[in-house]
Amino acid sequence: MFASIMEQLINGLRTGSIYALIAIGYTMVYGIAKMINFAHGDVIMVGAYALYVCIGVYKLPVLPSVIITCIFCSVLGVVLEKVAYKPLRNAPPLAVLITAIGMSYLLQSASLLIFGATPIPFSSIINVKSIVVGGITISGITIVTLIVTIIAMIILTLFINKTKAGASMRAVSEDRGAAELVGINVNKTISMTFAIGSFLAAIAGILFICQYESLKPTLGALPGIKAFVAAVLGGIGSIPGAMVGGVILGIIESLSKAYISTQLSDAIVFGVLVVVLLVKPTGLLGKIKKEKV
Amino acid sequence: MSSNKLLEVDNLNVYYGNIHAIKGVSLNVCEGEIVSLIGANGAGKTTTLQTISGLLKAKTGSVKFNGKELTKMEAHNILKCGIAQVPEGRRVFANLTVKENLEMGGITVKDTSENKKAEIEEIYKRFPRLEERKKQTAGTLSGGEQQMLAIGRALMSRPKILLLDEPSMGLSPMLVKEIFKIIKDVNESGVTVLLVEQNAKMALSISDRAYILETGKVSRSGDAHSLMEDDAIKKAYLGA
Repeated sequence: MFASIMEQLINGLRTGSIYALIAIGYTMVYGIAKMINFAHGDVIMVGAYALYVCIGVYKLPVLPSVIITCIFCSVLGVVLEKVAYKPLRNAPPLAVLITAIGMSYLLQSASLLIFGATPIPFSSIINVKSIVVGGITISGITIVTLIVTIIAMIILTLFINKTKAGASMRAVSEDRGAAELVGINVNKTISMTFAIGSFLAAIAGILFICQYESLKPTLGALPGIKAFVAAVLGGIGSIPGAMVGGVILGIIESLSKAYISTQLSDAIVFGVLVVVLLVKPTGLLGKIKKEKV
Repeated sequence: MSSNKLLEVDNLNVYYGNIHAIKGVSLNVCEGEIVSLIGANGAGKTTTLQTISGLLKAKTGSVKFNGKELTKMEAHNILKCGIAQVPEGRRVFANLTVKENLEMGGITVKDTSENKKAEIEEIYKRFPRLEERKKQTAGTLSGGEQQMLAIGRALMSRPKILLLDEPSMGLSPMLVKEIFKIIKDVNESGVTVLLVEQNAKMALSISDRAYILETGKVSRSGDAHSLMEDDAIKKAYLGA
């Protein structure tokens, strides 16, 4: 019993860290551009296909493929912002929201056109042996996912808190007008945010298809929306919140799949969001914005 | 005092949607001066400053700095020309430390990190209380300290002209005096000042010249001393 719960917890941690990587993108973009980039989930899908093209079609080695995938997604994120969102910087939020949903469909349809609707099989690039600790089996992909996520989060946290670029991101996120007044290049900061968010989404996409080993144009939709839930759960705009929210969501999902019902697990996940928002509308680590006159 | 015009605002018109907020404002600031822009709430003082800084775009009219047209430039490039603003309500970055706030202020300055560090030390010398609190987040500072930080942050960009928007707002009379003394000191160290204030008495007392703004138009202008003696102004703005 204990071993089985532990295994489910570890599974949850694995799924949760992928959600967390994606959720960081949502939360950073929200913090800085004050918008929800609903096409973010589809960047994961693009990352998955990009990796497939590198490895499956052009037969490139793993490491260059991973690097190309991450760079491709970062560029895609920046282009998406420049083309679709930047012209709407001062538009009503609804226009931005609809545009984001439109971009999501655009990316899905583009990959449908290029790659077709039939799922493409993909064999995992992670060949790490599973280990057994105290009777609990931890798969290779889980180990890699956890290590990669932890490293990505440490680097991101250091970047945000210790560098000038990170400080200017925090400054823009707190008060865009004041940031412009001190001379921070807000457009550059927003581009950088989209690049980082999409970079992390690419990593999430790679880890995701190594786990599911199949590609289809809608593969980013569900993890995307769950990561969005994770970001709101943790407190939208808060990076530690997105990390915590993602992990909690993954664990809840894994435990409810194992012990309640596979069919109900998604309903439970979204139910938890409703409850958290009822009790604490700002999310777990979200801050209430104080208006000081 | 030289009469070299540093900042020239000519026939400026600014709209908020359909609302005509600034109606043909013209003003100028000469090098080394302290010039005040005085007016009631909603007169357009903040709008004028924000247009100069590039946060708002003018519909027509021009803003020239050292003869260079600013109205089409982005805010961060205007700052690089040497115009820094201390915004209304201070707007320090509450979640950043005092030191980080100052570093953000100097972000446009291209210089070695040693020189930038020395610059921050200069600010600490001017505001010793900021040094004591350099590792605290700005949100934990008192109102007066935040105002000092906002001024220090603006000075970090090495401005030729400092635009101050209601620096006395929400501060005790003691602190208001201290802030105005700081403004005077900053001016004496060679920085031209354009000051927006509701506290007309304090503003006029340190200014060389002033403009009175009423519902988006300049209604009066002149040297600060004679405006202070003017009966109509005394009645409307000085509470006498």
